[in-house]
Amino acid sequence: MEDLLLKTNDIGFVGDNSLLENTKVEALFALGNLKFPTRKDEAWKYTSLKSVQNRKFVTGDLLKSDKLEDFKVADMEANVLVFVNGHYSEEQSTILENNTDKIVISSLKAALNDNNNELSAYFGQTGSHTEEIFTALNTVNTKDGVLITVKENTVIEQPIHIINITKGTDIVAHPRNLFVAGENSMVKIISSYETEEGSSFTNSATEIMVHKNAMLDYYVLQNESVESVQVNNVHVIQKDNTNFSITTITTDGGLVRNNLKIEVDGKHCETKLYGLYFLRGTQHVDNHTYVDHIDTDCMSEELYKGVMNDQSTGVFNGKVFVHREAQKTNAFQSNKNILMTDEATIYSKPELEIYADDVKCSHGSTTGQFDEEALFYLRARGIDETSARKLLVDAFASDVLNNINIPALKEKVEARVDASLN
Amino acid sequence: MLKITDLKAKVEDKVILRGINLEVKLGEIHAIMGPNGSGKSTLASVLAGKDSYEAEGTVEFLGQDLLDLDPEERAALGVFLAFQYPVEIPGVSNMNFLKTAINSIRKQKGQDPMVAKEFLARVKEKSALVELDAALNSRSVNEGFSGGEKKRNEIFQMAMLEPKLGILDETDSGLDIDALRIVANGVNTLKNEDNAFIIITHYQRLLDYIIPDFVHVLYNGKIIKSGDKELAKELEAKGYDWLKEEAEAV
Repeated sequence: MEDLLLKTNDIGFVGDNSLLENTKVEALFALGNLKFPTRKDEAWKYTSLKSVQNRKFVTGDLLKSDKLEDFKVADMEANVLVFVNGHYSEEQSTILENNTDKIVISSLKAALNDNNNELSAYFGQTGSHTEEIFTALNTVNTKDGVLITVKENTVIEQPIHIINITKGTDIVAHPRNLFVAGENSMVKIISSYETEEGSSFTNSATEIMVHKNAMLDYYVLQNESVESVQVNNVHVIQKDNTNFSITTITTDGGLVRNNLKIEVDGKHCETKLYGLYFLRGTQHVDNHTYVDHIDTDCMSEELYKGVMNDQSTGVFNGKVFVHREAQKTNAFQSNKNILMTDEATIYSKPELEIYADDVKCSHGSTTGQFDEEALFYLRARGIDETSARKLLVDAFASDVLNNINIPALKEKVEARVDASLN
Repeated sequence: MLKITDLKAKVEDKVILRGINLEVKLGEIHAIMGPNGSGKSTLASVLAGKDSYEAEGTVEFLGQDLLDLDPEERAALGVFLAFQYPVEIPGVSNMNFLKTAINSIRKQKGQDPMVAKEFLARVKEKSALVELDAALNSRSVNEGFSGGEKKRNEIFQMAMLEPKLGILDETDSGLDIDALRIVANGVNTLKNEDNAFIIITHYQRLLDYIIPDFVHVLYNGKIIKSGDKELAKELEAKGYDWLKEEAEAV
């Protein structure tokens, strides 16, 4: 693991008096105490990172992407920020919205050079960089990432699409994002993770602050190569009357671990967490989610669905924590899985921890085989086997996909889901 | 049109059909009756192409051996099985399902997809035939349907697909008298000189509404007696035991 540490100090580091210095120093100190997780740790019981520890990863250069059109969402007018091997490619990016009275969309590096106030105010404010080892590693090592700050009373129509590409063999990248939705604002953000060539270790960390009355929809598309490893930390703080949704779609990748933490630190909030994972070969995808209900009158809804083919493994661990003060919380959590073969595995653990006494909460988990009876029924009506399987799998995925509120994006995800069946 | 010769079938070494011979001509209705476990539903499943059965013999249908074909190919050729237990498919709307089915069959026949207007007109006409609430079409296939609605949905699908051979597998079981009448009316309306039906049933009562040309009794994987509609009435009155004894005495 020392390979991953302190390889670079491209931006903001100890002694440079930059805006990020303090946070970086905190992360560095934290790394002295945080242990690299093993399967003995409860949160990593089903996901081993041994293979990561034993691999030598190297930093990569800023290269030109030759497959950008494949990675973009067709027919979606969007602000597109392209990163290759963790470096911002200004040349390949397209920022449509330049009015800084409405929004700042910037690479971290540029924001740092501009002495962006919000960057200094919010970077590291979730505290994850001192609590969680991969966020700490990211904080120390990141080369660049994205800052988005939406101003008060602003609706941003065009989505912001951040495309993180790796190109090369065993490349390490630490994309770092900070999104701040100002009061009464509205924005949609997409992060996608792609392998253009070879393999990578992507250690992504994203902090999201949703201020009063704001709405933020976040979509994460994971589609890296099967030789790649990704750890993706997302930490969200919601204030009063906010709506936040996150949809995580994993259609490819070797080993993927998602840590999603949402602090619902306000009243009358709505939080939605959706996930879809379509696995094959020996892929391993682990979704850990944590919803922290701190205040009253909030609603959270979680639905994660997976299809495991071949010898793949899925892990779902979703926790909803309802504090004593968080009365009138409605929290629903569901995880549904289909195992396509006898060798595929799912570890599913939905958890509720409730200290308030006036709440409505439920959780559930189901795992089943592919429905052969339904397949025969469709075929007996004239639908060929491939189309029938596709129809059934699409149907299974539909209640997650129907929550994607950008039609062009939904189409892309559906195409990816279908492709992952073959 | 359909000629079944020495059809045998087993599932996991358990022999269920022990040599069925049956010929069905266009314009005919055949009823297959028999006690529980005689192999009636297996016969229906084997004809439709369920692959959990190992079948041998020949099933000649419009010049092809059905046993060589996939279920979807049989459907395209005009075989339709009304399921005894219609499957619920959450997330697939009844309409989308039907449209996909019709167009898959048309594609296999080298025809263009049905235009939306024609499709909708046909949906309207055929759902009225089985008195199926139009609202059900926007719901997922069979999900949350009552028992009677599921069976009527089967007949509705049959009406939409207009098969050459309709096989009704205990469509009458669990139906109240009104639903039974609706189902029978559907079949009688669809029946013409250019198609045929095999009605599998436990009870004679459906045959009061759908008059069969032939009645066959299936027992222990074989047809042990064939006759006309009077045979069904005799079975209703006397039960199956006399036939079982007759069969075992041979």
